[in-house]
Amino acid sequence: MGNRNEIFETSRKTLQEIEQRLEMPRREFLQFCATLAVTMGLPSGAEAAVAKAIEAAKRPSVIWLHFQECTGCSESLLRAEHPTLEKLILDVISLDYHETLMAAAGHQAEAARKEAMKANKGKYVLVVEGAIPTKNNGIYCKIGGHTAIDLVKECAADAAAVIAIGSCASWGGMPSTIPSISGADSSPTGSAGVAEVLGKSVVTIPGCPPNPYNFLATVVHFLTFGKLPEVDKLGRPKFAYSRLIHENCERRAHFDAGRFAMQFGDAGHRQGYCLYKLGCKGPETYANCSTLGFGDAGENNWPVGCGHPCIGCTEKGVGFQKPIHQVAKMLNVTPPLQYPRIVEEQGKAASFASAAAVAAVAGAAAGAAIMLTRNLGLSHAAEEAERAKDAGGAGKPAADKAQV
Amino acid sequence: MGTRRDFLKGVLAGGAAATAGAVATPVRARETRPRPPEALGLLYDATLCVGCKACVAACKEANHNPPEFSTVDHLWDTPLDTSGYTFNLIKMYRNGTMDAKDQETNGYAFMKTSCMHCGDPSCVSACPVSAMTKDPVTGVVGYNPDKCIGCRYCVAACPFGIPKYQYDSPTGRIGKCELCRHRHKDGHYSACAEVCPTGATLFGRTEDLLAEAKRRLAMKPGERNRFPRGRLRPAQEKMLQGKEDGKGAKMRLGWRHEPDQSYETPAGKYLQHVYGEKEYGGTQVLKLSAVNFEKVGMPKLPPDAAAALSETIQHTLYGNLVMPFAVLGAMTWVAKRNVKPDDDESDKGGS
Repeated sequence: MGNRNEIFETSRKTLQEIEQRLEMPRREFLQFCATLAVTMGLPSGAEAAVAKAIEAAKRPSVIWLHFQECTGCSESLLRAEHPTLEKLILDVISLDYHETLMAAAGHQAEAARKEAMKANKGKYVLVVEGAIPTKNNGIYCKIGGHTAIDLVKECAADAAAVIAIGSCASWGGMPSTIPSISGADSSPTGSAGVAEVLGKSVVTIPGCPPNPYNFLATVVHFLTFGKLPEVDKLGRPKFAYSRLIHENCERRAHFDAGRFAMQFGDAGHRQGYCLYKLGCKGPETYANCSTLGFGDAGENNWPVGCGHPCIGCTEKGVGFQKPIHQVAKMLNVTPPLQYPRIVEEQGKAASFASAAAVAAVAGAAAGAAIMLTRNLGLSHAAEEAERAKDAGGAGKPAADKAQV
Repeated sequence: MGTRRDFLKGVLAGGAAATAGAVATPVRARETRPRPPEALGLLYDATLCVGCKACVAACKEANHNPPEFSTVDHLWDTPLDTSGYTFNLIKMYRNGTMDAKDQETNGYAFMKTSCMHCGDPSCVSACPVSAMTKDPVTGVVGYNPDKCIGCRYCVAACPFGIPKYQYDSPTGRIGKCELCRHRHKDGHYSACAEVCPTGATLFGRTEDLLAEAKRRLAMKPGERNRFPRGRLRPAQEKMLQGKEDGKGAKMRLGWRHEPDQSYETPAGKYLQHVYGEKEYGGTQVLKLSAVNFEKVGMPKLPPDAAAALSETIQHTLYGNLVMPFAVLGAMTWVAKRNVKPDDDESDKGGS
């Protein structure tokens, strides 16, 4: 709790300054810091550290590149409501290059990027939105005469951190989908993610679009602790992408009880039953949508909350690849709300046909055995007869010997 | 020249002498072995169980077991019984309209199915090698797959039907609850008790658990009482201070320190019987129920372990090699009686 006092005592003055700078009431600012701290799963009191980092006078420079994308990630970020995110974009961080948001155009814009890169060498944060075409040396996406490959390599060289926002930048996303025509082994433009092009792992915030708070929390983590948050093997921050959507889903009880919506608009669907059988990818998709929602649209406003199955947009190999209504693979299987009886008959009792078959085989075997023993007796008798004949014809001596 | 006859006579005489000698020295019947004094076990209280199956899921995780499916769509881990891959299962007793829990007619009840860790286990007695063992201190009935020859005698021997073989695997092994003994060294106790939200599965020394079970039987049904959760702490432990284990965890008596999780709830309508107190000479896992134990799948067993009787018979027969000699003698006598005289004559003729 000592940290909390710090907010109210030591930094009161700076908080007032922030209030003026961000045109954001102090209370709202602290709420915002707390929101981010909670998103990152930081312990109570960490919001003080977050507040301190944000109130630091020097705003970190951010260069935001756009390639093969729809600008949905930027739009999602701009539509974050509490607090007003444009304040953050413009005042907490210094967004020096962002094609959608910057006023400059043409050579001016290019100059702004070059200048920001020079002035903040080794200190700026590079954010990439959109996939990068790699086929035919990347000629399918050019900005200011440079290919996306060259741009991302140039900007990443001196960046303090590289963040790939959205599924496209994370692994190629939708543009990397291989068309279902014969002979196709890649997307038409050979779209790839940032990590693949740079040849090193980067922090990825996949989603289509991703929740803006996952991105902001990552940036603020970098500001607060001077390093990027812990990530999983696909580069996704663990605070947001370590649990399956299925594990925290509000419809999970219906799944465990075996209550499924079978088609859109049926009785089960209207009662909020589980969407698994409609193709929900929650059981194989790692993301925090089920706890944080999707975008910043409010309580329960995320695809599953609205009655549409999750399409797995944060998961490479699931989103944009598996058909939307194909049922998901279960990544962890737990017991349902059904119980075995004290004694469960397992397997099936012998059917009449199988019993008859077994009886027939047994009968045949018994018959064969009887015939075999009889034949043995016959052959023995035959041998005896043969020997007697031999003895009678050729061998008096043999008979004599037997009598001795 | 008659030597064979002499030899056989000698054998017969010897066998008879050995038999007489063996009968003269009486073989003492083996008593049913009691639980070791520091035996560990579980107390399952069916009246507290809410059927959440957290224990089933935790058991699978702690033992790295794969899910088993019995539904058409492979969505849930749905074993129908314990198996080579399912060591713990919550089963349900159902009757009629299933109106109320712990009611024999028109009711339902839960029952945990897992190893009872007998004081004198039949599986250990039946094991021809030393793959099934009973720990002399903790009494945990453990299994060593490296020693197992796969004969599955233990499967047939257990009166509770617990050891199960992995029939689907070419390198199958026996699967059974070992009370999470592989987790004990880290201060973790049985996963099923660790996760139980109501204390229906309680871990502890069997002696303490038995006292706890008796305490519950003395409660008035419906009366509010305190029930421990997780691990039952013996009375003397309250005086002990926890110690750091050097790995950042606080330990008490070798177990990870946990806050007191006990809570208050109305007592159930117990049958005045602690299953496992006397059954089979006493088991380390004890059970309380409101519904007749036979109806919830716990067999009626005598107070003596089958192992005591079978070992007494076996050891009597094989004591001083009595049975081998007796059988050999009998067989020799039969063989001798069946020797045909003409065979003897042809022998003479040949010589």
